[in-house]
Amino acid sequence: MPTRIFGEPIKRAEDPRLLTGRGRYTDDIDLPGQLHVAFLRSPLAHARIRSIDVSAARDMPGVVAVWTYADIGPCQRRMPLLIPHPDLTHPYTRYALAKDEVNHVGEPVAMVIAESRYLAEDAVEAIVVEWEELPPVVDIERAVQPDAPLVHEELGTNVAAHYVGIVGDPEGAFSRAAHVFRERLIIERSAGMPIETRAIVAVWNDVEGVLEVWDTTQAPIVIRNALAALFGLAPTQVRVVAPDVGGGFGCKIMVYPEEVLVPYAALALRRPIKWTEDRLEHFVGTNHERLQIHDAEIAVDAEGRILGIRDRFLHDAGAYTPYGIIVPIITACQLPGPYKVPNYHVEFRAVYSNTVPVSPYRGAGRPHAAFVMERLLDRVADELGLDRAEVRRRNFIQPHEFPYDVGLIFQDGAPTRYDSGNYPGMLDLLLQQMDYDRLVREELPRLRAEGRCVGVGIACYVEGTGIGPYEGATVRVEPTGQVYVATGMPQQGQAHKTVLAQIVAEELQVPVESVQVFEGDTAHFQFGSGTYASRSAVVCGSAVALAARKVREQGLQLAAEELEVAVEDLVVEDGRVYVRGAPERGFTWAQLAQLANPLRYAYAGDLVVRPRPWTGPTLPPGKQPTLEATEYYSPPHATWASGAVGLLVEVDIETGQLFFRKLWVVHDCGKMINPMVVEGQVHGGIAQGIGGAFYEKLYYDENGQLLNASFMDFLIPTAMEIPRMEVAHQETPSPLNPLGVKGVGEAGAIPMPAVVAAAVEDALRPFGVRITRMPLDPDQLWRMTHPESP
Amino acid sequence: MTAVGTEHRVIRVVVNGVPYEREVEARLLLSDFLRHDLGLTGTHVGCEHGVCGACTVLFDGEPVRSCLLLAVQADGHVIETVEGLAPSEAELHPLQRAFWEKHGLQCGYCTSGMLMVLKAFLAEHPNPTEEEIREAISGNLCRCTGYQNIVEAALYAAQLMRQS
Repeated sequence: MPTRIFGEPIKRAEDPRLLTGRGRYTDDIDLPGQLHVAFLRSPLAHARIRSIDVSAARDMPGVVAVWTYADIGPCQRRMPLLIPHPDLTHPYTRYALAKDEVNHVGEPVAMVIAESRYLAEDAVEAIVVEWEELPPVVDIERAVQPDAPLVHEELGTNVAAHYVGIVGDPEGAFSRAAHVFRERLIIERSAGMPIETRAIVAVWNDVEGVLEVWDTTQAPIVIRNALAALFGLAPTQVRVVAPDVGGGFGCKIMVYPEEVLVPYAALALRRPIKWTEDRLEHFVGTNHERLQIHDAEIAVDAEGRILGIRDRFLHDAGAYTPYGIIVPIITACQLPGPYKVPNYHVEFRAVYSNTVPVSPYRGAGRPHAAFVMERLLDRVADELGLDRAEVRRRNFIQPHEFPYDVGLIFQDGAPTRYDSGNYPGMLDLLLQQMDYDRLVREELPRLRAEGRCVGVGIACYVEGTGIGPYEGATVRVEPTGQVYVATGMPQQGQAHKTVLAQIVAEELQVPVESVQVFEGDTAHFQFGSGTYASRSAVVCGSAVALAARKVREQGLQLAAEELEVAVEDLVVEDGRVYVRGAPERGFTWAQLAQLANPLRYAYAGDLVVRPRPWTGPTLPPGKQPTLEATEYYSPPHATWASGAVGLLVEVDIETGQLFFRKLWVVHDCGKMINPMVVEGQVHGGIAQGIGGAFYEKLYYDENGQLLNASFMDFLIPTAMEIPRMEVAHQETPSPLNPLGVKGVGEAGAIPMPAVVAAAVEDALRPFGVRITRMPLDPDQLWRMTHPESP
Repeated sequence: MTAVGTEHRVIRVVVNGVPYEREVEARLLLSDFLRHDLGLTGTHVGCEHGVCGACTVLFDGEPVRSCLLLAVQADGHVIETVEGLAPSEAELHPLQRAFWEKHGLQCGYCTSGMLMVLKAFLAEHPNPTEEEIREAISGNLCRCTGYQNIVEAALYAAQLMRQS
């Protein structure tokens, strides 16, 4: 019997290094002769630069260079627009160092390069800038008014994009509806906040003639190709490595100013250069996400079945749009969730403000979408006197209705088409897990009778995962027995080295420890994009599977030739290929790799060399001297994961504090490669979702100053706040890819604002409040429960 | 310009059992000293303002934030970092084994601080409850795991340590 490796909770290959302090994160890399960078960043949200005087800074001890826009050579070009969109009619990107205007607090203005970071920061203090303050634009509702000041004067508008998506006949649906309910729903600004900030080390390797860059990026190939083009180098003259990366959550995929400036300094000064972001810089220099203001309405029939939805929303783009309008597009496409919405009008404006730019953060527009949809359904249930679970049941897309077209074009340019799922089954499993009937009929009334303010909520969601364009992988069996796997995708903790090895080990039936995965290094793999959009397992995993299957075929073919049997008579088991029923007639994979190569290298190999009669070239045309394949996988469109979550909360009326008492999750990401890893991803997403529902909010004042740019004031939940999570799995395999898998990276984060709102609203029923804004905080809850107080 | 903060001192510290004597700038952070002067990069820096706990090391056996101390304050003291946790190259500490077994880490960045805090905690609380563990690590932020498997790992490590 073949050994089952795919689907097993195998311990991670990554861990021994990381647990013993032998990981190598970017800031861990110190090179001889290395110089250090510190940036002067704008203290103002909106201003013109009248002059910059760097002379005092240049004279400081240990300072090698102080650069402003005038000094940065090829980096003087505008930063790239990474993802254009036809509706992004007014895109705007920055300069790597501000040219004559700054548009948010934290924008890089000047760059000091010195013998130590301490000295570089001393010199930053000595730079003198004369500013001409311009009116800051912070409130996006104000920003769209005709007389509002402009973030970018030359655009003539603060609206970067105006998108309209229409499915069916929304107007007709609303005119014939039994009920129409409207809500204004707001989800506030937040950010990914990985514990490792961004960092870059760059060196011109004069021996190889290669620019070497270590970067905390989620997309090293994207950075490599950008640097090559910018500096006029061949792509092979630039090597970008994402080594161990301490969390990403979306904010580390970009081409940031520092990512071109630090490598440029290495080229210009011919010294190794390091820059590591400090936490304050991260708060104001690394992209944010989340703020959207929705005016949504739902039309239902008398039984609570959805006839149509209309949603108009404002999306805060921040000061620039380097990542296009991906986030609000995802919101628009995913808003219907697992429900049938036959008639749908969605419209958004992406609006500039003098704040940190917005790009995807775990969830990437989906938590907003789920918040709006689930809030609307809760409203329908409450108004019609239906159980909140029952309303969902009445509106689910049914298992026989796949593939199901939502009717809009998704972020990848393909149709928003759900490939598979079982949403009623998912909810049933959740309710069973929660013991929902008993909870609602017995437990809650009992607790409330004791005077406790408790409530329960449920929320369902879908997640478009595993988008293209493509990823690739090389799989090679080495004559020493190891299996080499290379991909272009880096990881930030998602266990690629383990799960990709499991895929290969399953195909070749070799021990998982013998498979070594190399990732995130352009010297190993040169094509692909990166780790984002919950796509690694789906897109890269599929490429790895295809390559491993090809290597398996090569091994079978070679063994068949050597053993003079038919391929059909061979089995692959226990790390060997052998004749069925005669295990002694066969080869290990290492031996097959040796056989494939007519050369014999010193010490390598355990096969007795057999002299062969001359028949022509040693390596005949069409043959390769290795068992090796490179394959690419390009999905036809996204594959759709789904989930449902239930939450029991308690509100302390006296303090406004919120307690997460119980949390249940059902998650469906198709076939699981490693359920332990899947569960870890779900846990982490939920914890971030809880952060975004009660703790984490970035507060800008009217001058565009970020008021809580520290971990003292931006509250990431600790182990005391995050409750125990009970996770159950449903598996509806994807029919789209060779593994049947769907992505899981962002899952947990998506439903949390929705389910927290539902549960809190349920708890506060005696006060008759509706929860329409996320995140909540103790102050808001206290006010809701003390309406008479000032 | 006056050379602010460039005063130097010679310090003697014992780190993971190894004595070091180094001349350091008076303003050098202990975290930077460990990472960049001694090359012990297993201690990570997450916020440099004493909240995230990633840089936690043991200072005469007590967990401290190495980003909130100056290297000169460590003069004459004994420091333990994650590099000194495993008894040998070939063997892991029970905490390390438990974190591996229970999937107590993802990106690994907060892990060193978690391990060092728990080492000190379990020494005083060999049979902790889940609540006690949650409180013990409440000064250490993790952005990947949602803490559940860290708590499981700590419970399991306590069990392993009681057995041995």
